[in-house]
Amino acid sequence: MRGAGEAACVRRGGARLPAVPTIKIPPVLRSSTAGEKEVHAEGENVGELLRALASQHPATEGQLFSDEGELNRYVNVYLNDEDVRVLGGLETGVQVDDTLVILPAMAGG
Amino acid sequence: MGAPDLDTRPCGGKYGDIVRAIGNTPLVELKRISPKPGVRIWAKLESHNPTGSVKDRVARAMIEDAEAQGAIRPGQTILEPTSGNTGISLGMICSRKGYPLKVVMPDNVTAERTQLLQMYGAEVVYSPGEQGSNGAVAKALEMAEGDSTYYMPYQYGNQANPDAHYHGTAVEILEELDEVSAFVAGLGTGGTLMGNARRLKEEDPDTLIVAAEPLQGELVQGLRSLEDGFIPPIIDLAMLDRKIFVSNRDSVVWTKKLLAEEGLFVGVSSGAIASIAVRVAESLDEGNVVFVVCDDGWKYLSSGVYTKPIEELEETIETASFW
Repeated sequence: MRGAGEAACVRRGGARLPAVPTIKIPPVLRSSTAGEKEVHAEGENVGELLRALASQHPATEGQLFSDEGELNRYVNVYLNDEDVRVLGGLETGVQVDDTLVILPAMAGG
Repeated sequence: MGAPDLDTRPCGGKYGDIVRAIGNTPLVELKRISPKPGVRIWAKLESHNPTGSVKDRVARAMIEDAEAQGAIRPGQTILEPTSGNTGISLGMICSRKGYPLKVVMPDNVTAERTQLLQMYGAEVVYSPGEQGSNGAVAKALEMAEGDSTYYMPYQYGNQANPDAHYHGTAVEILEELDEVSAFVAGLGTGGTLMGNARRLKEEDPDTLIVAAEPLQGELVQGLRSLEDGFIPPIIDLAMLDRKIFVSNRDSVVWTKKLLAEEGLFVGVSSGAIASIAVRVAESLDEGNVVFVVCDDGWKYLSSGVYTKPIEELEETIETASFW
């Protein structure tokens, strides 16, 4: 039974984890998240999660979103390990045990 | 008495020079890593190109296209950003054609890449390794802006890059297979995926096009801001059905797996691509899954990937640039 104020948790491998998706923050963005490498946020889809991140850490908003509210072109966001732009974009649904990974777009060649 | 019959077919062909010998690479079935009997996995061995990588096709196409358009003067210096393979391919072709070559490359690539470039007479300018190819592109563009005597093919924005695959790689695959359920390649410049996607989907719109891309270690994500992110202009995400990242660690694991289980000696990016090819194969009931082996493993030998256990490769995994 949860104590007062205790967040809902799930058990996985013996560890107690927040029952909300995890957002992994790349090094280049950590100065905007007070150094946090991971942020937990609530949302039904990718867009809501990223807005929740921006709400917790306002300095991330301008780096993630364009003035029109779209994901900035030079930012890649992955649901677990798949690019959301090739899934459903910001409308891509998320589950509580999903991980959102934000990465700068890096080329090869 | 006549000559004995040829045992091995198809024959490798006869070519006027080494540049003409680019392409026509083998397609090899990998039965041992296929997860299901009805799904056949095929490796397109672009490592069999003359300088050892898929980029030979791209380098030839870009230079020949520029010559056809009159964009290059005889003896003009070619300048190009590269993580290695394109530079090496250009090195061979430019040395034959008399164009001096200057390449901009991240300084954290393996020593073999530098040696191969020097071997072909290229001048190497290094960019900060922690910025990856993004840094090389930025530096090369800055150099080109400052000196109009250079000609930059710019593989990231040159249509000759995907066209080399549209007219070459994809046609070869279709020559050998009656159907292609899925095509998997690495996402670097986007040329391999875009060119093959366009041609394969013309043949069968249901062919899945899947991109495997590198998840670089944090130490090589040294961009100053997200705005330093770079997406090559030739990439059209609408051509992709899936785009999946693979960590350096998983790339190394699968590179070693290909060697151990199939006897395939491939570069680390090809290990990553193979991992995604198998994942795609698991989602199918039947069909052919083709993936591109971009290069072989010779230029990564110094990394220890092929001989050391994974536990001893953690630092390499965090800092090396394999793509």
